[in-house]
Amino acid sequence: MSALKIKKGSSKHSAYNLRPNFSDVTETHTIAVLVENEPGVLARVIGLFSGRGYNIESLTVAEVDHQGHLSRITIVTKGTPQVIEQIKAQLGRIVPVRDVHDLTVEGPSVERELALLKVSGAGDKRVEALRLADIFRAQVVDSTLESFVFQLTGTPDKIDAFADLMRPLGLREIARTGVAALARGA
Amino acid sequence: MVVQALKDQGVEVVFGYPGGAVLPIYDEIFQQNEIQHVLVRHEQGAVHMAEGYARSTGKPGVVLVTSGPGATNAVTGLTDALMDSIPLVVLTGQVPTFMIGSDAFQEADTVGITRPCTKHNWLVKETEALSKTIHEAFHVATAGRPGPVLVDIPKDVQFASAAYQPKPAVSTRHYQPQVKGDMEMIEDLVEAIETSRRPVFYTGGGVINSGPAASQLLRELVEATGFPITSTLMGLGAYPASGKHWLGMLGMHGLYEANLAMHGCDLMINLGARFDDRITGRIDAFSPDSRKVHVDIDPSSINKVVKTDIPIVGDIAHVLEDVLALWKSRGRKVNREAVDKWWQQIEEWKKVDCLSYKGSDTVIKPQYALERLEALTKGMDRYICTEVGQHQMWAAQYLGFEDPNRWMTSGGLGTMGYGFPASIGVQMAHRDALVINVAGEASWLMNMQELGTAKQFELPVKQFILNNERLGMVRQWQQLLHGERYSHSWSESLPDFVMLAEAFGCKGIQCKDPKDLDDAIMEMIRYDGPVVFDCLVEKHENCFPMIPSGEPHNKMLLGDVNATNAIAGKGAVLV
Repeated sequence: MSALKIKKGSSKHSAYNLRPNFSDVTETHTIAVLVENEPGVLARVIGLFSGRGYNIESLTVAEVDHQGHLSRITIVTKGTPQVIEQIKAQLGRIVPVRDVHDLTVEGPSVERELALLKVSGAGDKRVEALRLADIFRAQVVDSTLESFVFQLTGTPDKIDAFADLMRPLGLREIARTGVAALARGA
Repeated sequence: MVVQALKDQGVEVVFGYPGGAVLPIYDEIFQQNEIQHVLVRHEQGAVHMAEGYARSTGKPGVVLVTSGPGATNAVTGLTDALMDSIPLVVLTGQVPTFMIGSDAFQEADTVGITRPCTKHNWLVKETEALSKTIHEAFHVATAGRPGPVLVDIPKDVQFASAAYQPKPAVSTRHYQPQVKGDMEMIEDLVEAIETSRRPVFYTGGGVINSGPAASQLLRELVEATGFPITSTLMGLGAYPASGKHWLGMLGMHGLYEANLAMHGCDLMINLGARFDDRITGRIDAFSPDSRKVHVDIDPSSINKVVKTDIPIVGDIAHVLEDVLALWKSRGRKVNREAVDKWWQQIEEWKKVDCLSYKGSDTVIKPQYALERLEALTKGMDRYICTEVGQHQMWAAQYLGFEDPNRWMTSGGLGTMGYGFPASIGVQMAHRDALVINVAGEASWLMNMQELGTAKQFELPVKQFILNNERLGMVRQWQQLLHGERYSHSWSESLPDFVMLAEAFGCKGIQCKDPKDLDDAIMEMIRYDGPVVFDCLVEKHENCFPMIPSGEPHNKMLLGDVNATNAIAGKGAVLV
């Protein structure tokens, strides 16, 4: 008999696809899409999501292989297992898409996001902001007598938590990059 | 360079309309004789013609139109081709690169507008990339699940010269869809064939798109297993209507026996169909007791609407070849006894005679008109196109298709105005064949300007118009769903179709008496030239059988029995 083949769609717990296909439970998945870096390719991906009514929670894109003209798009999306499967199949159908990986089911992965937060204030609040930034290992990348700009990297949850703490301390603006993700291991 | 690339791709016919931004290409067309250009009267017509050409030949259809309005007029045809998986290569002119984005005269963001309605599209900004892009376009249009592609070419790119890259030198990149099915899944399918008690084949347009070999293999498999077979609107002709295992079309206006076989089967073998909502009716009550096999070249079709037990991604012909080989090598087993019983049940359903209708001596019933058309043209080298509506469903029910590529209709998008230009495209590819467009008067008027094209190129297309002076299908729905309030569903101020045909230099025939019908049809067939046949039919005929929206297959309406307000509740919001 043939060797056990681990198919796409298998979960991290089992080689077989044990997840019910048509359940109503909404899941959050991180999908990495490797695309040929040609004009309009991002519009094709985004157009697919809007045209078919799928959600985008976060989306990042940048060229990752200059010589090979490849870009990597990382999308965090929400949907029932059936919708997630459809999203992957539909993405795979786009002509300049080379590869689609569902990092959420293909194994453990790391997800990171970078944020810049502008916090202004004086006195105790300013000191407290700096102290909390230290706990979160945020770096100060700009400073005036009334404000800081913190740079923070981490999971989206960590950034959410930090932003919540900064809000009463004078959070003025926040810029986030969206999630970049890679599978763990070799 | 564009014309050279088209020649290298074996293109014989281009459907197009000139304009400022494509003049350099038209200049090249003027100076050669190998590619024939068909001048259309509206760009939408050009795209539908190319669709008709493509569907009747299996080769990609080619369209050439100008920028701005030329491109936007092509959008309906592109969407139609995308929904029905028709390979098209559409070339559009564009304003020169240095003017793009300046709201120049006849500028439109063509690649932006057509992105969601093409399989892929390109804006060519350097002449060096032009020949390569066109070759790639042909590859993408035809590989895997076919579809329309568009190449947008700015005028300065057309004028400049560059080294031509011949076809074989262009690598077709990474776009290589999977054609061979997974052998483990094929083994599962063969096992299911061997054990099934109530099987049914459910085939679609994918069998036709896969090519003649797929239809051949399908026929062999059906004959060898003795299983019943039904097909979607798009798949008619893959298995011959005269075949003894044929159940007829399924779906909303499908045959009673076909739909009940789908509902009651224990094994559904879907070959190249996509569980469209016209087919499934209510999803949660769709074929409740069956294992479902789905063979499709497009992975996104599988598990999209109906959960599949045995999914096989691959080309129909390749998969069927493997299935046949494996099934034969395992001893050609089927559960004959159970399948015979299943057939007895199907024969019971057939006795319902769901296509029977009340005849008339005084008015032509549309069903009768099609029965006569079928009887008088059977066995001829015949191609049928349709528009969209009641006449389309009646044509699918009452005409028999013996071979693939003989039936051109707008299935997915349901484009009124498709049939007439499509018939012109078919006739361009098959000059000596009998090409008939079964039409409704309202659909036909949507692209009637193409009478000029038919006349100019002496294309003897026969426009068989079932004229009920109504938007028949809309009227039927208003009767069933909206309390017989017929809001804007009648055709007011209709032209005199005979005079209209004559005004274009074509022949017009009108027939309203059932007794004259046969002679009139024969006159239409014998006339060597385009004919507009105005067949005045019963005005209030409804198209049955019908599965009302929101109902499963076993809740069909048969005939005109008290059908008013038949669609209620949740079904009312469905189209």
